Amino acid sequence: MFISMFGAVESGVIYAIMALGVYLTFRVLDFPDLTVDGSFVTGAAVAALSIINGVPPILATVLAGIAGFLAGTLTGLIHTKGKVNALLAGILMMTALYSINLRILGQPTLSLHTESTIFDQLGNVWAGPIDDFFNGILGIFGLERLPSTWGILIVMFIVTLVIKLVTDYFLKTEIGLAIRAIGDNKRMIRSLSANTDNLTILGVALSNGLVALSGGLIAQLGGFADVGMGIGMIVIGLASVIIGEALFGTRTIARATLAVILGAIIYRMIVTLALRVDWLETGDMKLITAVIVIIALISPKILQAQREKKRRLEKRRSLKSGGGSINA
Amino acid sequence: MLDLKNISIVFNEGTVDEKKALNDINLSMRKGDFVTVIGSNGAGKSTLMNVIAGNLFPDVGDVLINKKQVVHLPEYKRSRFVGRVFQDPMAGTAPSMTIEENLAMAYSRNKKRRLSFGVNKSRRQMFKEYLETLNLGLEDRLTAKVGLLSGGERQALSLLMTTFTDPDILLLDEHTAALDPSRAELITHLTKEVVAKSGLTTLMVTHNMQQALDLGNRLIMMDKGQIIFEASGKEKDRLRVEDLLREFQRIRGEQFEDDRVVLG
Repeated sequence: MFISMFGAVESGVIYAIMALGVYLTFRVLDFPDLTVDGSFVTGAAVAALSIINGVPPILATVLAGIAGFLAGTLTGLIHTKGKVNALLAGILMMTALYSINLRILGQPTLSLHTESTIFDQLGNVWAGPIDDFFNGILGIFGLERLPSTWGILIVMFIVTLVIKLVTDYFLKTEIGLAIRAIGDNKRMIRSLSANTDNLTILGVALSNGLVALSGGLIAQLGGFADVGMGIGMIVIGLASVIIGEALFGTRTIARATLAVILGAIIYRMIVTLALRVDWLETGDMKLITAVIVIIALISPKILQAQREKKRRLEKRRSLKSGGGSINA
Repeated sequence: MLDLKNISIVFNEGTVDEKKALNDINLSMRKGDFVTVIGSNGAGKSTLMNVIAGNLFPDVGDVLINKKQVVHLPEYKRSRFVGRVFQDPMAGTAPSMTIEENLAMAYSRNKKRRLSFGVNKSRRQMFKEYLETLNLGLEDRLTAKVGLLSGGERQALSLLMTTFTDPDILLLDEHTAALDPSRAELITHLTKEVVAKSGLTTLMVTHNMQQALDLGNRLIMMDKGQIIFEASGKEKDRLRVEDLLREFQRIRGEQFEDDRVVLG
């Protein structure tokens, strides 16, 4: 149990980078960008191919992010300059990326098991005294030794945190404020001399850059890149954003981005728990995810409607019991 | 400062719905001019605003700001020179962002946006001082979300956001029409104050004839896409609402058809 939860947090921290990207488009830009399903794989494919061809893993990971940035730029261009509906622009790009991803991979799945990934390198640096120390602590509590290394978790925590802080800072700069205003009041920010087209493209590009970066890291963590690994990714990202926001609030930008990261980790934990239920299969996860998102989207409205109904009923009752006639 | 030359624009050309929204408009404003524009629905007031702001491109004609041709500049480029307050109090501010963030965005209107903090210590102090001039207590609520403010407060903030960077041209698009009388009174008062203080070159569209007479040094009346009457200086000061209605009837040979201008 502890080992599987450890794995959930580990991958959750990496998926959190993807969730931050989804947050940028869905929440900040108010742009439902479905490119994510494709750009996540693009990131994975670029990282895998680069590593296999001898590129240092760190550089390969950066290249993955750049590939996603370019994909997002194209989606943004199609939407703003081509005046194509945001959803459709994303779907078109996602579909186009499927073919491109296959081309990059050269085959449906590319294995990295024989290659040295960024995490293998981290593990080598980390293995020894530090792992022994943490595992020693676990031993005190009677827990088993972990299959992977603490280094991955701690370093990825730091990387994700840095990305969060940079995002927070960016959204408070003059350019960042204008990007947020696009999702809030586009007409206003245009009348304040902001080029909304270019800023939208920049926002969608950054978002997909983060998504692809996350994809590149997940490929290295899992040891493979698969052309189908991005299916439903946007819903997973959305689930992370919604779960995080519901549990931790969105009062400030810093709070919201932290909520998104924690949401991504909690989502992974929910998945891990769900997979322990006997009658559920791995393939059911997408359905569960979709149901979580649907419930999270609908329940606040139902609760609100019920509260409103109750309030009206009570008002009527108190008027009736008061015996007075109802005057408008 | 602002020169409109032979501006014409036709909507739905060649169809049964063809409408000459603006028909050979010429208007020249000197620096510091405050022109009020009246006219019934469909007279072309809003179209005129949109042509100046760059939301609409005229079929023919020139728009010059500071003698510079800007007729082909899109809105986001032209808004470096042109500030605009909309009729809808919700239109001029971003509701889920804070008061100081809104002001910071407006402060960047005539500058290049950079990767430095939109709100910093010195700017916060400056925003505070500007907000104090509104006398609404907003200076103590810098980090409140603008969506929490009332319509009147939001419109006052919009007005401040548009004017505190001294735009070359200030466009006021019936900016008091959606407010209750006392709030409208406040915004009118603030408008008068800020335009006088900064000497802004202003074009104000209004449905309210009395307001058009009370404010500004020039008045134009529009109908069917044309400027049909113009008054300025002493001549404008002597005008009353009845004079304007009589004038309209004399020129057009018909009753002014919009009650809102008299009652509103």
